[in-house]
Amino acid sequence: MSHTFTLDGRTIPFAEGQTIMQAASAAGVFIPHLCYHPEFKPHGSCKLCTVKVNGRQTASCTMRAAPGMNVESDTEEINGERRALTQMLFVEGNHFCPSCEKSGNCQLQATAYHLGMMSPHYDHFFPNRAVDASHPEVLLDFNRCILCSLCVRASRDVDGKNVFGLSGRGIATRLIVNAKSGQLADTDFTLADKAAQVCPVGVILRKRRGFAVPIGERSYDKAPISAGAETTEGR
Amino acid sequence: MSYQLETAAHPESLRRVAIDPVSRVEGHGKVTILLDEQNKVHQVRLHIVEFRGFEKFIQGRPYWEVPVMVQRLCGICPVSHHLAAAKALDLIVGARKLTPAAEKLRRLMHYGQMLQSHALHFFHLCSPDLLFGFDSDVTRRNIVGVAMAHPETAKRGVLLRKFGQEVIRVTAGKRVHGTGAVPGGMNKSLTVAERDELLKDVYHVVQWSRDAVHLIQKVHTQDPGLYNSFGIFRSNFMSLVGHGGDLDFYHGTLRARDDNGKLIFDGVDYQQYDRYIEEEVRPWSYMKFPFFKSLGKENGWYKVGPLARVQNCDQISTPFAEHERREFVDYAGGSPLHAPLAYHWTRMIEMLHAAEVIKELLHDDDLLGDDLMVEGERRMEGVGVIEAPRGTLFHHYRVDENDLVTMANLIVSTTNNNQAMNEAIRHVARRYLHGREVTEGLLNHIEVAIRAFDPCLSCATHALGKMPLAVELVDAEGRLVHALSRS
Repeated sequence: MSHTFTLDGRTIPFAEGQTIMQAASAAGVFIPHLCYHPEFKPHGSCKLCTVKVNGRQTASCTMRAAPGMNVESDTEEINGERRALTQMLFVEGNHFCPSCEKSGNCQLQATAYHLGMMSPHYDHFFPNRAVDASHPEVLLDFNRCILCSLCVRASRDVDGKNVFGLSGRGIATRLIVNAKSGQLADTDFTLADKAAQVCPVGVILRKRRGFAVPIGERSYDKAPISAGAETTEGR
Repeated sequence: MSYQLETAAHPESLRRVAIDPVSRVEGHGKVTILLDEQNKVHQVRLHIVEFRGFEKFIQGRPYWEVPVMVQRLCGICPVSHHLAAAKALDLIVGARKLTPAAEKLRRLMHYGQMLQSHALHFFHLCSPDLLFGFDSDVTRRNIVGVAMAHPETAKRGVLLRKFGQEVIRVTAGKRVHGTGAVPGGMNKSLTVAERDELLKDVYHVVQWSRDAVHLIQKVHTQDPGLYNSFGIFRSNFMSLVGHGGDLDFYHGTLRARDDNGKLIFDGVDYQQYDRYIEEEVRPWSYMKFPFFKSLGKENGWYKVGPLARVQNCDQISTPFAEHERREFVDYAGGSPLHAPLAYHWTRMIEMLHAAEVIKELLHDDDLLGDDLMVEGERRMEGVGVIEAPRGTLFHHYRVDENDLVTMANLIVSTTNNNQAMNEAIRHVARRYLHGREVTEGLLNHIEVAIRAFDPCLSCATHALGKMPLAVELVDAEGRLVHALSRS
């Protein structure tokens, strides 16, 4: 690990082939992200991990680190853009944190706190999305989907099942279940699947077990998301 | 039991006075009064004009979200909705009997809420009326005025409420809108540190609650002419009654009495509530009018809340509150007291009981246990009933085989008191407004009558005595004749 780059004035070592995100995480520096997960190939879609490399914007989860790079991340300008992206995610779905089981363990909520988001700012879309309660063990609440595709990647790359997919284009993109009926009950999905463990928000939930962890004892009650840069706790 | 003054014979020829809004928070309410040219009252209505729709939008949601979601109905006593929903859903998950730890923790949460809500209502919202007079100087008739004139009373009010809120926090996770109760039990018990922190203060809380009972008892008994007659109407009354006829806010069976105290029904399992109670819709209000089926719409309406509960039970299990209950019953002279202002007295007796129960529970090591959940045979339907600070609260749910809610019916405490509140303000309007020019002080009399019931809209009506009240006199052609604004 002989190479280094500069991140917000701090020298960050990296190994050949590491992305900026990987090197920063290894060095204990938090870069906000939602679609990135250290166990999966980067997707580069949420754009929350956008940084400036030598003055040009790029996704830090896909950009390989190179010697001598000057990377800016924790700046007012970039955090403002991240906040706007987060606000858009909130208004595009139906995110009612007060009655969401994932509250306190939700990466979207924790990121919003981290970025100082005080309101959704934009008009809510209030999309009409049904829940899929057909599966005996798992509930899918599409209202909260942020299209990070982590469940798609986990099901395809780890579970080998291809249960989920993203369908449609642009603003019409949506998460679908790969069954003729479109129902989760008609797939071989189980609670033990990796795809059941990776949702950063409250879409994929274990049934009949709500609010089991008291307020104050949830992941982001104990420490902000920025403190857990090296882990995926709370997912 | 009449509906006099509900509907005027010829409203088109009358002037309309509207108190609007009576509320900004827990249900938007307004009062309309129709007067003729001599200011004689022909029609008085309390309208709850806000539509909230919880019963509809929780349909299609997973059942385990419900106790957390429905408590957002209310910011004053969310614990009531939280627990009533949890009780209904206990049955859905087959938890017919909770573990001792879970039930005691829920009781602690609920009695903490009863304490904080009653303290808030009495000290913050009503004591200015009771200590200074209904038409006293409006600039003084608020909690700040009370703090200036009676600093110790005001301070105790704040600290009593704070204690109740702390009880809720340690059991539910937050002072407002926590998550403690889950279908089948609780998600946390008390730590020794949390219990000991509450134990430090609970003895003051009991004593201050006793003093509060004595304060309102003195105020009431010193002016029986006013307190026994203001807004009075006779009615049936109903509440849950606990084991052996005890006053019980958390669980029991339904008991109803007529205006003379004679039993209408008793020992009713609330799973069957819809065989005994029906709701009538009237075109002028979003709030329904419940009544006992056996007596019909005309005669079957009733009141709930402290005045009903304290006179409906056979005894109170804690000694100080039982002593005060007997004092109250003796004062009433052997038959039920129907005076709305007696709600305040009974409310303070209940606050004292809540304080004593909290003290007893804090000495029970079951609260520290970790056996918190049970489940059994899954059912499709459940009813949860609880005595909320304002009265009997019904939550009824049906859940399908995929765990989604298909039906919800809620009868909230204030709804149960709908006809009763209308009767009280009609009496007050007839007694105080009839033939007089409307003034701020006279309007406050209407609000004093509403407040006695502690409806959910009470909070906003009375916040710091600066209710954003606007009254307009409009003639039959809709022209503004006279306007009065409190702001």
